[in-house]
Amino acid sequence: MATAARKTAKPTASKKAPKKAPKAPNTEELLGYYREMLLIRRFEERAGQLYGMGLIGGFCHLYIGQEAVVVGMQSTLGTHDKVITTYRDHAHMLAAGMDPKGVMAELTGRADGLSKGKGGSMHMFSSEKNFYGGHGIVGASVPLGAGLAFAQKYQDTDGVVLAYFGDGASNQGQVAETFNMARLWSLPVIFIIENNQYAMGTSVARSSAQTELYLRGASYDIPGEQVDGMDVLAVKKAGAAAVARCRAGKGPMILEMKTYRYRGHSMSDPAKYRTREEVQKVREERDPIDHLRAIILKRKGVDEAALKEMDGEIKQIVTAAAEFAQASPEPDPAELYTDIVKSVNA
Amino acid sequence: MAISVTMPALSPTMTEGKVAKWLKAVGDTVSPGDVIAEIETDKATMEIESVDEGILGQIVVPEGTDDVAVNSVIGIILEDGEGQEALAGVADTSRETPAPAKPEPAPEPVETKAPAQPKAPQAAPTASVTEEFPAGTETQELTVREALRDAMAEEMHADGSVFLMGEEVAEYQGAYKVSQGLLDEFGPKRVIDTPITEHGFAGMGVGAAYAGLRPIVEFMTFNFAMQAIDHIINSAAKTLYMSGGQMSAPIVFRGPNGPAARVAAQHSQCYAAWYAQVPGLTVVSPYSAADAKGLLKSAIRNPNPVVFLENELLYGQSFQVPTGEHLVPIGKARIARPGKDVTLVGHSIAVGHALQAAEMLAADGIDAEVIDLRTVRPLDVETILSSVKKTNRLVTVEEGWPVCGIGAEIAAVVNERAFDDLDAPVTRVTAKDVPLPYAANLEKLALPQPEDVAAAAKSVCYR
Repeated sequence: MATAARKTAKPTASKKAPKKAPKAPNTEELLGYYREMLLIRRFEERAGQLYGMGLIGGFCHLYIGQEAVVVGMQSTLGTHDKVITTYRDHAHMLAAGMDPKGVMAELTGRADGLSKGKGGSMHMFSSEKNFYGGHGIVGASVPLGAGLAFAQKYQDTDGVVLAYFGDGASNQGQVAETFNMARLWSLPVIFIIENNQYAMGTSVARSSAQTELYLRGASYDIPGEQVDGMDVLAVKKAGAAAVARCRAGKGPMILEMKTYRYRGHSMSDPAKYRTREEVQKVREERDPIDHLRAIILKRKGVDEAALKEMDGEIKQIVTAAAEFAQASPEPDPAELYTDIVKSVNA
Repeated sequence: MAISVTMPALSPTMTEGKVAKWLKAVGDTVSPGDVIAEIETDKATMEIESVDEGILGQIVVPEGTDDVAVNSVIGIILEDGEGQEALAGVADTSRETPAPAKPEPAPEPVETKAPAQPKAPQAAPTASVTEEFPAGTETQELTVREALRDAMAEEMHADGSVFLMGEEVAEYQGAYKVSQGLLDEFGPKRVIDTPITEHGFAGMGVGAAYAGLRPIVEFMTFNFAMQAIDHIINSAAKTLYMSGGQMSAPIVFRGPNGPAARVAAQHSQCYAAWYAQVPGLTVVSPYSAADAKGLLKSAIRNPNPVVFLENELLYGQSFQVPTGEHLVPIGKARIARPGKDVTLVGHSIAVGHALQAAEMLAADGIDAEVIDLRTVRPLDVETILSSVKKTNRLVTVEEGWPVCGIGAEIAAVVNERAFDDLDAPVTRVTAKDVPLPYAANLEKLALPQPEDVAAAAKSVCYR
């Protein structure tokens, strides 16, 4: 597990990134991150529970353990920046501000789901919240994200795009293809490798000749940085610098987030590829929520009671989402044939 | 012995070219590797180098001459010590050099001009679109290549969000010259050369479409789009449905599809049936230049992902195209030739084969109706059924393979919906069920020929 020490890879040709000294986040900001991370964890735990009850079907990939990555990155974005990710996507939607009820109802395959029950866990979208999926094919979010960035540049905005993918996807050919074009055309995209150490059951060391994934841009003259993805403040700091660099027109960047997922790849993971002790050790020593909680409790004006109140509030939101997702009806059979193609005059 | 310099074949489909310029004069010494002339084809201007040593003895075809057939003598090189008297024999004999055994693109019947379009003997079925454009429309003669270019240029003028990306579309002016001039007209922001990375740039195109742009992604040929098919299907075709109608990918994937000439198995596949199977995709495959233009414009305006299958052998063929704005609706077939005895249905170059077959059949007293599908998804089933109701016999023609092909689909639909109208089994004429061979004779055997279509039509007429 990476320590908090940051590693960076800067191509010789690139200038040093401007070092801004970001001011320490105030307590209110910290509480905001805490709340977001807690919402994600409680939501995912509940999703796991509903899956076990047979209310969620198919694949269900939980984000528990990785919360700091998406919360830290989302905090760096402006209103016209865009996000795209893989199939481990519930957290990204919640962080983007999409309704937990709508997300949970999609997981249960109901009419009030964000995709009317037709997309499921891996396929939700919201152009209103600048969230572009939710993609089930490993690696697909990378060229698609670069395409969103192409559009940002084409439309002369200064918007940036976060394209998330995993350590497994980083070995995909289309990822290498996209790195090349993104740098060639200086696209405003940040490639975020959520390195949770395992592609399904295959560890990075067993799948990647170069295990330092932030170096993957070297052949394409893309700078990379390795970040402690269990520390939301480290993520935010690195993310903010990358976003500023990208927004200034300096082209793509790679952020490798060293993180860990506590649960299996999906719900049907036999967990034979790692020990229970390994998981337990990370939970005890590196948990992103506990880490932030400890920082917050050192601040003045916040006590256990305040955090407990927040816990209760989050629990209510998640319970309401779960109830909504079970009460919502199944989609009308007529929905089978809707939204296949847009009518020409639409 | 004097050496003849012949018109070279510079591409698999070139049959003639222009001697643009002589760079050596009569009497000049030439050495192997010297550029002696520039040849212009419909795709590019290329230099020809001497492979021999000697003196340019005669320029047989002066510069500026158009339509010089491949393999005809354009100049003569005299070897050391040879005099002018050596010239005489060469030009005469070498003109008789047999043409290479390559199948030239079949001569296509001249497209009937709109006003002369013969009317169907019976009242035309309501669903059919007999005329390509209304009688009296002002037209000009354009190649399919020019029509496609014009379609893109017009739509790029009309909508700033339309852009073209692909391999060699910009500075090279298009691998098949389809995008000729677009870089000059619209600049590098909108006409973008990509690296040779189909999977990556197809995905980028889809992402740009999610964000509201209108990309045209050119594949040098659809054979290479197999590397990108994940994004065409998983990322483009399925998104509207998966998002419950919230997000779509208005994008055109276009390029030449199907067999060209003598490029063998990996460069000669028809993908119409592959893409036609996918809900969420619209699949267009035009035959004439007017349809190429009108359908490509409609495809660019369409809010869905459209796979636009062109044909390299049709690029150089000329047709009448309406001047000015010309749109053809997607999903409507066209009766290219009305008839009453048997229906021949196809798309793309197969329409040409069917029209030729119809002429052969006419000589035998069989009046064939030819339907140009124009779009293979959604299939214009009504036009096919109306025609079958009239002729009671149906032959499908395609350059794709037989198994699960377009013809197989049409046969199934007609079986389900017009069984009682049939007087004979629906018969398919397709490419043979083999990878396309290189040898000229085997290639010809593997691909559907007009004679095959005529024979199939006769068999369903029990003649």
